Amino acid sequence: MKNGNKRLNALIGIGLAAFVFVPWYRVDSGFFAFEWISRFPFNADLAPGLLQIALEGRIWLTAALALFLLGCCARFMSDADARGKLLVASGVAGIIFMALQGLAITFIGWSWALPETLFGPLSIGQPAMGAGAITISLIFVLFIAFGLAERGFMKGDAFVVGSISVLIFLVTVFIFYPIGSMFIGSVQDFDGSFKPDGLISNIQDPSIWSLDCLIGGNRCGVAWRTLFLAVMTGLGSTLLGLCFALVATRTNFPFKKGLRLLTVLPIITPPFVIGLALTLLFGRSGVVTEALDTVFGIEPSRWLYGLTGIWIAQVLSFTPISFLVLIGVVEGVSPSMEEASQTLRADRWRTFWRISLPLMKPGLANAFLIGFIESMADFGNPLVLGGSHGVLSTEIFFAVVGSQVDPSRAAVLAMILLSFTLTAFMAQRVWLSGKNFATVTGKGDSGAHAGLPKSISLTVHGIVVPWMGFTIVVYGMILFGGFVKTWGLDNSLTLEHYARAFSIDIQDGALVWSGVAWDSFWTTMEIALISAPLTAAVGLLTAYIIVRQKFAGKNAFEFALMMSFAIPGTVIGISYIMAFNMPPIEMTGSALILVACFVFRNMPVGVRGGIAAMSQLDKSLDEASLTLKANSARTLRKVILPLLRPAITAALVYSFVRAITSISAVIFLVSAEYNMATSYIVGLVENGEYGIAIAYSSMLIFVMITVIAGFQLIVGERRLRRENRVSGLDPQRKIRFSQEKTA
Amino acid sequence: MTDLKPGSVVFENIRKDFGAFTAIPDLSLTIEPGTLVTLLGPSGCGKTTTLRMLAGLEHPSSGRILIGGRDVTMTPAHERDVSMVFQSYALFPHMNALENVAYGLESSGYNKREVRERAEEGLAQVGLGGMGHRLPAELSGGQQQRVAVARALVLNPQVLLLDEPLSNLDARLRRKVRTEIRELQQRLGFTAVYVTHDQDEALAVSDRIVVMKEGKIAQEGAPRVLYEEPVSEFIADFMGEANVIPCEVLSREGDVALIDVGGLQHRLPARQSSAGKAKLAVRPGSVVLNPDAGGGLDGEILTSAYLGDHVEYEIETPVGTFFVIDHSVDRSLPAHTRVSLGFRNKGLALIES
Ligand SMILES: Nc1ncnc2c1ncn2[C@@H]1O[C@H](COP(=O)(O)OP(=O)(O)O)[C@@H](O)[C@H]1O
Ligand SMILES: [Mg+2]
Repeated sequence: MKNGNKRLNALIGIGLAAFVFVPWYRVDSGFFAFEWISRFPFNADLAPGLLQIALEGRIWLTAALALFLLGCCARFMSDADARGKLLVASGVAGIIFMALQGLAITFIGWSWALPETLFGPLSIGQPAMGAGAITISLIFVLFIAFGLAERGFMKGDAFVVGSISVLIFLVTVFIFYPIGSMFIGSVQDFDGSFKPDGLISNIQDPSIWSLDCLIGGNRCGVAWRTLFLAVMTGLGSTLLGLCFALVATRTNFPFKKGLRLLTVLPIITPPFVIGLALTLLFGRSGVVTEALDTVFGIEPSRWLYGLTGIWIAQVLSFTPISFLVLIGVVEGVSPSMEEASQTLRADRWRTFWRISLPLMKPGLANAFLIGFIESMADFGNPLVLGGSHGVLSTEIFFAVVGSQVDPSRAAVLAMILLSFTLTAFMAQRVWLSGKNFATVTGKGDSGAHAGLPKSISLTVHGIVVPWMGFTIVVYGMILFGGFVKTWGLDNSLTLEHYARAFSIDIQDGALVWSGVAWDSFWTTMEIALISAPLTAAVGLLTAYIIVRQKFAGKNAFEFALMMSFAIPGTVIGISYIMAFNMPPIEMTGSALILVACFVFRNMPVGVRGGIAAMSQLDKSLDEASLTLKANSARTLRKVILPLLRPAITAALVYSFVRAITSISAVIFLVSAEYNMATSYIVGLVENGEYGIAIAYSSMLIFVMITVIAGFQLIVGERRLRRENRVSGLDPQRKIRFSQEKTA
Repeated sequence: MTDLKPGSVVFENIRKDFGAFTAIPDLSLTIEPGTLVTLLGPSGCGKTTTLRMLAGLEHPSSGRILIGGRDVTMTPAHERDVSMVFQSYALFPHMNALENVAYGLESSGYNKREVRERAEEGLAQVGLGGMGHRLPAELSGGQQQRVAVARALVLNPQVLLLDEPLSNLDARLRRKVRTEIRELQQRLGFTAVYVTHDQDEALAVSDRIVVMKEGKIAQEGAPRVLYEEPVSEFIADFMGEANVIPCEVLSREGDVALIDVGGLQHRLPARQSSAGKAKLAVRPGSVVLNPDAGGGLDGEILTSAYLGDHVEYEIETPVGTFFVIDHSVDRSLPAHTRVSLGFRNKGLALIES
């Protein structure tokens, strides 16, 4: 058990340091500014845990110290079983205590009535947790993990148990706690008192649930409108995606490469940009609108600003995603099935309707659900096109920042939105799991896919070609729009927008970033660069645990992690500001909250990529490493990670790009100090400064294309070299490196 | 590889469940230090599971495992003093042969120079001295296999585990490599647990063989014992081919029983049998054919196949069909010949019925 002692020694050391050498509570000026050092440790706000107990009268922290010391006792016991029990017990008690004291005691003393009556009023409250408190909480979590490991859980692998525990802890803090806070927030008033009136009146609000439009009234409630829009977007993007997939795989269409290129677009396009481009085309002073007015005398109208406009924008945005999903599905239908059908006297038409299409059904359902969830979660397009008559995600936003701030209404709307997306997510998991008929087997399936029947081939071409044209026009607008002076009024070309956004001056021999966009641009880059590796690390670690480890509750673990994918950004945003702007955890206005948000929102994609890649690595490689005296941390570092390089890069690029393009959660979390590009652009749009907005957007797209291409270049080369090295080996021993699709 | 310290292995009432499925119900087994013991049995009988529990890659549901006298039941794989050669070799494809061999030494905390020396020595030991810089992909199947063995051996484990180490080699190479492994084991004297489903391989390399069936030990003993004295039809059949036919034990005097097989009488070791109906396992080579019918068990040749150094017959008799191997190739008998069958003294065993 010498290893067991080593890691316990480390924990004890860190724990003692956390009690003695760092501030227990949150440092207002930021911990990493290290400005606090000069006033440490006797300043009341900055005192470490030990002094908080001894001098400041925060005696309840004694319990944390006692539980920590209790756990330390395990270090000096020799019986593995008893050690494990003591560690787990003190860890569980410790983490529960830390959570309870954090929630129950805030600035003003007790925040709950029950302990107040039990223990009497407190003379002193406490601010949010800081370095000391957070470190001790983590140490309690690790106590549990190491205790379980000593008792033989996960074959006694402390690294794996530790990773699982910490991941569960993080997901609890950054997903379940905020969502829970939001629920509680919906029945609280501003001052925190219990007041369900807001909840009740909001839930019954006719503007949410009204079905007027069905009985001839003017408009339905926002919940129904959102649902209707999501269904229409799901259908539209699935149908279009299927057409694209059929054209790309079953016809002789000459521009297939170009089609595949389409799949990259949604990744690099900030979500509101499509809406913006549509405005420039079809808005009241859009090019097309004006042309129709002058040529045919059609009155310009505001038809674009509403569900129709949002729908078009969303179908444009999400068709590539559904295309990406459906390409796999269409290709996955085994050619031999289709050939079998044809030898059974079925013509192409019958083969398509009776064999190919039914086999694709689960894939189609999946694509529909993805479109549905994306539409529900979309915030950018409705914000640009919906105005104030938007959908749930925008209504939530306006309930927080609008003229009448109503947190309870925001929470109710968020819960409705969340229940819609979670239902779709459950449907996807429960109903579609195990129903995948796409027959991708390891056996080389020879044979050719059946061609499409004439009529269908004509139809899909008829749909795909114009839509591709439309897409090109829309993206053309994005590129071009930044160079036009004022849309509709003055169509002369200019560099003015770019100059205002990105000008650089030299004053007194020093470089001055004088453009208005630079601030948010650099913040965005910084935060994206910090969160990308964290996201990739958390995602791949999770993938490793899901693929390579077996433990009770693994499915629940996986489910909880993947679920965060189905939580709309708006909901995350609103729940983060509700949870993290008061003790025990206070992060609003910091860069940290943005990083946390990106890590936990984008992680599921890293997990998926990691799972796909890791499933292709023979498990005996890790086992060989374990029997060669390497623990699992070393195994991960020396064997698995080097072999997973493509997946790592994909995860890095994806999370980097997502951090740049996302808006829905970000718009709630930005602050004056940390403003992000997307929210800055949305601000420009709201002020009607379309020119700069578009210029800035195309700049972002350009930066992302550069980054992706750069990565592709590096990784592509590396993969080739490795493949050359591996070739010449007999096929069964060859390790295949999958190309990770970055979606 | 000087400081070798072969260890014993003890399984005490080991049970292993995978969910609701019990792969190993109750296994107890002792392996003496310095011996090569083979786990033999049909696919799915639990050999790999047993080996993996020894390596620490699976943990038993109950029971204890001791290596070199120390209880390792709860010890994680990387802290156990065993090494394993995997069926797929599991060589790390991104490291060359030397790096592969050095990997375990680095993990164990040797200093750089020692790692290099020992790794090179290890490669030399398996005859791959100059090949350290090659990637696994650039080695032949047999060479990869030897790198895998070297990688496991340089750690001087108390026990070396080999899971079907030859199954990825072609038939000719298999014979050569198995001799090499046995020779290496005897020269260095380590304890080895060897898993295979091939009885020839087991007979060739083992000090002892443990035959498993459905997670239980069906019989355990020296190769010769298992071949010549199978206790059950399963063992008789599994350890090479056998004719299992009904017989009657007429009488028993001490250790010798007199049996009757369709009129032919024969004496052989009595084992657990008692007078009455019994079953007899007869090796195909232990049947004597006598064309000039009479005196033995009467039969008629159904098929006859000439295979170069021997002739194979299927012969129908009143007690059942015999499969017979006859090495007197000059006298190949055609089908439909009537013959009389007799038994040799070796290669017959009464088995449990
Ligand atoms: N990880 C596992 N999960 C479930 N069943 C398993 C697992 N590993 C092995 N088994 C089952 O245990 C039995 C023994 O397997 P194994 O030890 O691999 O057999 P073999 O003797 O062929 O090496 C088989 O029935 C197999 O299906
Ligand atoms: Mg096996």
